Amino acid sequence: MFMRNVCLTILLSLSVNGFAAEKSPNLGRSAPANKIKHWNTDVFPNGKGLPKGKGSAVAGEKVYKKYCISCHGVDGTGDSADELAGAGHTLTDNPPDKIIGTYWPYATTIFDFTKRSMPLNAPGILSNNEVYAVTAYLLYLNDIIKKDAVMDAKTLPKVNMPNKNGFIDIYQQEKKSKQ
Amino acid sequence: MTKQTDLKTVAGGGLLDRRIFLKKGVTFSVATLASGSLLASTDKSRDSWMEKPGEPFSNYGEPSEHEKGTIRWTMGNSMAAGNGVSWTPLQDLEGTITPNGLHFERHHNGVPQIDPKKHQLLIHGAVKNQLIFDIDSLLRYPMISRQCFIECGGNSNAGWRDKPIQSEVGYFHGMVSCSEWTGVPLKILLDEAKVRGRAKWVIAEGGDASMMNISIPLEKMMDDCFLALYQNGERVRPENGYPLRLIVPGWEGVVNVKWLRRLHLSSKPTMARNETSKYTELLPSGKSRQFTFVMEAKSLITNPSFGHKLDNKGLYQISGLAWSGRGKIVKVEVSADGGKTWAEAELQEPVQSKCFTRFRMPWEWNGKSAILKSRATDETGYVQPERKALIAERGKHGYFHYNAVVSWKISDKGEISHVYA
Repeated sequence: MFMRNVCLTILLSLSVNGFAAEKSPNLGRSAPANKIKHWNTDVFPNGKGLPKGKGSAVAGEKVYKKYCISCHGVDGTGDSADELAGAGHTLTDNPPDKIIGTYWPYATTIFDFTKRSMPLNAPGILSNNEVYAVTAYLLYLNDIIKKDAVMDAKTLPKVNMPNKNGFIDIYQQEKKSKQ
Repeated sequence: MTKQTDLKTVAGGGLLDRRIFLKKGVTFSVATLASGSLLASTDKSRDSWMEKPGEPFSNYGEPSEHEKGTIRWTMGNSMAAGNGVSWTPLQDLEGTITPNGLHFERHHNGVPQIDPKKHQLLIHGAVKNQLIFDIDSLLRYPMISRQCFIECGGNSNAGWRDKPIQSEVGYFHGMVSCSEWTGVPLKILLDEAKVRGRAKWVIAEGGDASMMNISIPLEKMMDDCFLALYQNGERVRPENGYPLRLIVPGWEGVVNVKWLRRLHLSSKPTMARNETSKYTELLPSGKSRQFTFVMEAKSLITNPSFGHKLDNKGLYQISGLAWSGRGKIVKVEVSADGGKTWAEAELQEPVQSKCFTRFRMPWEWNGKSAILKSRATDETGYVQPERKALIAERGKHGYFHYNAVVSWKISDKGEISHVYA
């Protein structure tokens, strides 16, 4: 038993806080500003990261019909890919409809995700104007903006999303409860 | 020799004292695949494969041709083959390490075929030094090895359905796997980049066609996260993030970003699609749980389980897996009478934090109908909930983070079905 305790003590002292302090060989090279600019496409809810360009649902409808309709269905009602618009149910119905208009808390997320990931068969093909336009179209289909409203780096973060206050930050909640 | 009738019962339904494993001469039956059958052996002194030289050496070994049924089931999107999942066949595996070719997959747009000579990692944003690393450089950094599970936040989601899914355990709960990962502690690289005081989050991005990105709290990244270059001793497989995967021990799979190419230090999360529209859990109130990173304690019996068959009454070894994203498993209880009585299973050493733990329990099946369950407790005292309790708390529409007790019903014919009990 004594030996077991000794072993346990050694094990514990080694594993406290994960890693021992290791020295870095410092092989990281200074990243060129141009590379950071091209690679960093992250868009934040306050609009940080949104590029130049603009578009409305009028133009967005054309983009949608060309690139999106085959998977997301007519008017965003869903097919092989997610339903994006046309909610028949609220979040407290059975089953609920978790779509852009009922669920997504930030309009900027639509831009960010469409720009980085869509369409699946040719990601990155859409210009910034096209992404703004199709984002506007999806917001219009969800009755959040008007068809002629122009979305750009200034207007998109200001869009009032119906479920913006619908989320509970569990990570922060747990942190506070531990303090 | 111990007589089987001497074995001490520790709970209802025939659960036996786990110290039976130490006794000599006790023989166990094995639950077999329902379709399996044994061929009669010959009376000759040599089996046929002993009468000629065997196969030559191989550059990279493969499982026996008789084990071809041990595979991942895959399910891709009809319009995009690389968007979907594949499951680890937990019902066919033992021990705690998942073979690399059977590690579960969740890809958003396929497996990129990355040339490691061209792949780079960028660390930028709220750091004093904006840095870029190539793979050859990272291979020269101090490394650590750690065994840990990775579980998709959407694993076991069929459990929310009204009727219990009738499927092998792996094709229901198999979006979880466990490997020994080896790589560079992220703290070393972040210290080299000199993180600025305002940084609270790190947005990690993969180099796949979906450029999947997600925000992770900086304090977790500095604590125990690392960049894996090796998986179970060999370089990480393409479908698991080759050449570089972010390992976030105990947290949902989606934050363990594969094909890692960018870490953006930021004061706030980016609110990406996969931390808002997905990987959040709608509650009955209409509000949703967000940033629910930790995979809570879970266990399940892998043998016997759906698809296996008990051929005759007698002594069996119940075997299963338990894990917790909060630390070590301290106890797994097993019930053979649908939860009326429970007994503690033997935990296979070493029991490691945020890692698969194998549990085993001797059980004498009396040939009558029975319900087997397992229930894990982790070192924080958290106890795996029954399904009713989980649904009472979360409702049925959260989709992610289902970790309720799993029940297998054994019929008097030895057939096994999945039940809610």
